[in-house]
Amino acid sequence: MILAIFFYVFAATAVVFAVGVIASRSPLYSALNLIGCLFAVAALFALQSAQLMAVFQVLVYAGAIMVMILFVIMLLNLTPRELGRAKVNVPKIAGAYCMVAAAVLLVVRLVGRSWLPVPAVDDRFGSIESVGELLYRTYLLPFEMVSLLLLGAIIGAVLLTRKLEGGGS
Amino acid sequence: MTHETLILSIVLFAIGAVGFVIRRNAIVVLMSVELMLNACNLAFVAFSRQLGDMTGHVYVFMVMTVAAAEAAVGLAIVVLIFRTRRAVNLDEINLLKG
Repeated sequence: MILAIFFYVFAATAVVFAVGVIASRSPLYSALNLIGCLFAVAALFALQSAQLMAVFQVLVYAGAIMVMILFVIMLLNLTPRELGRAKVNVPKIAGAYCMVAAAVLLVVRLVGRSWLPVPAVDDRFGSIESVGELLYRTYLLPFEMVSLLLLGAIIGAVLLTRKLEGGGS
Repeated sequence: MTHETLILSIVLFAIGAVGFVIRRNAIVVLMSVELMLNACNLAFVAFSRQLGDMTGHVYVFMVMTVAAAEAAVGLAIVVLIFRTRRAVNLDEINLLKG
């Protein structure tokens, strides 16, 4: 019962902040709304006994990634003219309608479906120890490949943004 | 609880997708993508709990890493385009249009 109350509170928070992300005029407010949304989702992770993922969500997502996005927003320091005008045209409305329609369809398909009872899990479920064991034993190769992906992203980002000697970019 | 979490995941994904379509600021579009990835993570965690199997948590870990890489490279491209064109509005970035 108390879990359900927490779930609905955090779910409502997440949806409100998510709408704030796409509705805010300034990218800065969008980013701050996104941080709130990520925190609410982290709480939902914890409610699903994924403690480690909740911690990562706050540290990596709401921490590192959002700091990077905020840094770029403040670095560019966009003026209202550079932000451009929000244009409403037919493709945009059609695209948004398609997305909403697909979501409604999915929800309609989900409603009324019965699930097996959620199995009881012990304290080890979602703990650092058990997720780490899974990550370093069963999924060692994907883990290493993802580290290569990060390395590639770092090199790519540095190469893209560096200024060449003698002007030009 | 799985049911409600999945519906929330769909709703968050739809909000992200709508933002991706209607917003023309490149940075906000990137943030909409983050929102969609986040909704996927929520579904992974819900299924993981429903099945009592932690493989979903490993997937969430991988998705977070890919999101970090995507944000880094995406923001680098935004900075580069802003430096050359003085614009982050996707309507004005149409050099590839024939």
